[in-house]
Amino acid sequence: MNIIAKNIKAAGCETAPVLRERGQREVFCGLTSIVWLHRKIQDAFFLVVGSRTCAHLVQSAAGVMIFAEPRFATAIIDERDLAGLADIDDELDRVVNRLLERRPEIKMLFLVGSCPSEVIKLDLKRAASRLNREHLPNVRVLNYSGSGIETTFTQGEDACLASLAEDLPRTTAKANLLIAGALPDAVEDQFSRMFKDMGIDCSFLPGRRSNAMPAVGANTVFLMAQPFLGDTARILKEHGATALLAPFPFGAEGTTLWLKAAAHHFGVSDAVFEKVTAAPRQRAELALAKHRASLSGKSIFFFPDSQLELPLARFAARELNMQLVEVGTPYLHTQHMAQELALLPAGTMLSEGQDVDKQLDRCRAARPDITVCGLGLANPLEAEGLTTKWSIEFVFSPIHGYEQAGDLAGLFARPIARAERLSV
Amino acid sequence: MQLTLWTYEGPPHIGAMRVATGMTGLHYVLHAPQGDTYADLLFTMIERREKRPPVTYTTFQARDLGKDTAELFKTSCADAYERFKPQAMIVGASCTAELIQDDPGGLASTLGLPIPVIALELPAYQKKENWGASETFYRLVRALAKPGPKRAANTCNILGPSALGFRNRDDIVEIKRLLAALGVEVLVTAPMSASPSDIVKLPEAAFNISLYPEVSDVTARFLEKNFGQKFTTTIPIGVGATRKFLTEVASLAGLDASAFIAAEQGRLPWYSKSVDSTYLTGKRVFVFGDATHAMAAARMARDELAFDVVGMGTYSREFAKPMRELAAELGIEALITDDYLDVEAKVAELQPDLVLGTQMERHIAKRLGVPCAVISAPVHVQDFPARFSPHMGFEGANVIFDTWVHPLMMGLEEHLLHMFRDDFEFNEAAAPSHLGHQKQESAAPAMTSEITLSWLPEAEAELKKIPFFVRKKARRNTETYAANHGVNHITVETLYDAKAHFSK
Repeated sequence: MNIIAKNIKAAGCETAPVLRERGQREVFCGLTSIVWLHRKIQDAFFLVVGSRTCAHLVQSAAGVMIFAEPRFATAIIDERDLAGLADIDDELDRVVNRLLERRPEIKMLFLVGSCPSEVIKLDLKRAASRLNREHLPNVRVLNYSGSGIETTFTQGEDACLASLAEDLPRTTAKANLLIAGALPDAVEDQFSRMFKDMGIDCSFLPGRRSNAMPAVGANTVFLMAQPFLGDTARILKEHGATALLAPFPFGAEGTTLWLKAAAHHFGVSDAVFEKVTAAPRQRAELALAKHRASLSGKSIFFFPDSQLELPLARFAARELNMQLVEVGTPYLHTQHMAQELALLPAGTMLSEGQDVDKQLDRCRAARPDITVCGLGLANPLEAEGLTTKWSIEFVFSPIHGYEQAGDLAGLFARPIARAERLSV
Repeated sequence: MQLTLWTYEGPPHIGAMRVATGMTGLHYVLHAPQGDTYADLLFTMIERREKRPPVTYTTFQARDLGKDTAELFKTSCADAYERFKPQAMIVGASCTAELIQDDPGGLASTLGLPIPVIALELPAYQKKENWGASETFYRLVRALAKPGPKRAANTCNILGPSALGFRNRDDIVEIKRLLAALGVEVLVTAPMSASPSDIVKLPEAAFNISLYPEVSDVTARFLEKNFGQKFTTTIPIGVGATRKFLTEVASLAGLDASAFIAAEQGRLPWYSKSVDSTYLTGKRVFVFGDATHAMAAARMARDELAFDVVGMGTYSREFAKPMRELAAELGIEALITDDYLDVEAKVAELQPDLVLGTQMERHIAKRLGVPCAVISAPVHVQDFPARFSPHMGFEGANVIFDTWVHPLMMGLEEHLLHMFRDDFEFNEAAAPSHLGHQKQESAAPAMTSEITLSWLPEAEAELKKIPFFVRKKARRNTETYAANHGVNHITVETLYDAKAHFSK
């Protein structure tokens, strides 16, 4: 661990200037996070209250590939609602009742606000409490906004988890650990086992079912598994919980530091920590070594998308020896990112916000070996001869923790390998 | 307020994007919040376009709403002109911007740009994607088209193809091939592949070919009224329709098509007449899609493959009338809806042998275990195949024959399975040999009755004698029949009563 501590001091761009841009943003809005949240909370339904655009967006982001009847839908506002010909509250109640009749297995309903619902100031909080009076205890109705005027892509998860956090059961139990941020079940189970072996009880937000949400209280400490949980962290703190700040659990180093933050807080001895983490850490390092050969020295450019960019850039630079050309992020939460910033190589070019055409100019000029960007940009850049990786895959794939470190490196390695192998 | 699980069409500004993205030299400035850029991926991912759509989004945020979103629009517009230097620009609002009422058209005109700027009014809370495409095309033509010297009688324009259009890319190639063989010259194809300066000269052609009425009908009528250009009304999908189309084109161009039509017809007629296709006769098909493709598919299914069309419908309300007329001709009632759940209920009720629909119906069919072929937008990445794959013209008919027959059991295979149904290698789990061993999800239980049905052993044994590929249906039909007739214990008699009932 000392080696890592030394590295932290040696590198760092906590005080580096950040290029802040304002212009066209080529990013999803927060509604998109429904695509993975509805898979995570298995008895929850997400009802977007919005326009046909919202419905079309969620469906396009989901790739129209879910064959089962999805647990998300849109209540499309129409001109009758806007003209006041229909009472919009009555209309919403009617839609919700129809939905719940059709899907009796649903136990938790999120009313998700959108750009249009925010602009017409439709009060979904009031709607939720009205509907709760009717449907509790069978169905709990919550609300949050995933609108593009307020949220970027993964911030939709933050808003959703914040609404859940408001509502969590309270506990006065002795010291307990809460992991915040939606993770694939398999990754949760891996973290659970390691914490258990260290003698730490941990729970996860969100839980896998509506009745399996974690409790929070003054003895709760929480560790964020995702870097975009500003509002969720604020609410958890309001409930008396304490935040443990750490780098995010990507790669062998990130995972070690993240686990270590909890271990340190709970007074786990170095020997126990080592015993629990040595084997998976070695597996991770072995897996990373395989990819390092092909990625070492390659330059990488991150367009802003999921707010995972900083931790991923840190991982790429420190564990894969890649060269960071530019690291864009939609929003830089300096407090939550402090430890990541400290680990980034000094002089890394950071940008916040976006003016997409200008950023594309910079990317074309730099001609990086790989560009991490959204789906709208990837094929056009490939057509210009640049190798790309879709950033959305970092949100959909299991990439956290030791056992996934190799897979995460693989996400960077595959496009480069393809570019090298293709000769057409 | 309408509860929507999946939508057949996007909002109208997506239609405008389909027009702009298909064209060259045109730029679209869209007043829209962050997130609306999702639309770019429809074109870059689904259609695999190599360029970003020519769209600038103003990307306003909550904090801008209290300040000056109008100024933001003007800046975006001016910057877009500077960067892209288009021949013409279209400006408009997405659903959220419509609510804040900034008047993109008025704002853009204050910039005094040296190019035509066309304002689009696309009411997002009333209208949908195809209407938006049609309106945008019409507004462009109305603003740009100028009277010019009339070209020869054999000169036409092709109207309707757009970006993200179902098989439009290949249809155009096939139609142009046929037109060239006929001696007809194409002046402009629009909106796809046209520039604003091409739009200017549309009136110079002698007549128009309206290929996709959802996008081109309004414009074709406008050009007829204002520039005296007649337009075709036959959609060349299917051998019969292609012949009729060519005859129609020839008469507008003052040519004789009969020799060409006699010489060319593609392979479909013979394939449909060959013995293997006997097994296609009377297959029950359900057809759903945009009106143009659904109506063409229904005619083709009936006349060129000898299928029974047991249900048809469209999400294009604008074309409900001709759809209802065709349905009446087929002795059925048209389903006019944009509610995916209604379509699913209809397919479950009809239990067709084949569904011809959109990507939505592909999901429905997959859930219900019914074979399906896609005939219409909404599209997915697989609707843009690498190979030449038109649906129009004679080659289109060939493609359609293959596409529709492929999901079905091959004729001889069905025959052999029937003969050897108890063979150890042929069993219920075996899918058609060319489709691999996918396990189909069983259909949702058709019964809603609270009566508990039980099969008597003899009835169950009799059921097993029925060929396995229709056994599931026979079981469902029998149970439905029993439930409707208050029969609790299904006997051999019930089984045959049900068979008689459903086979009329």
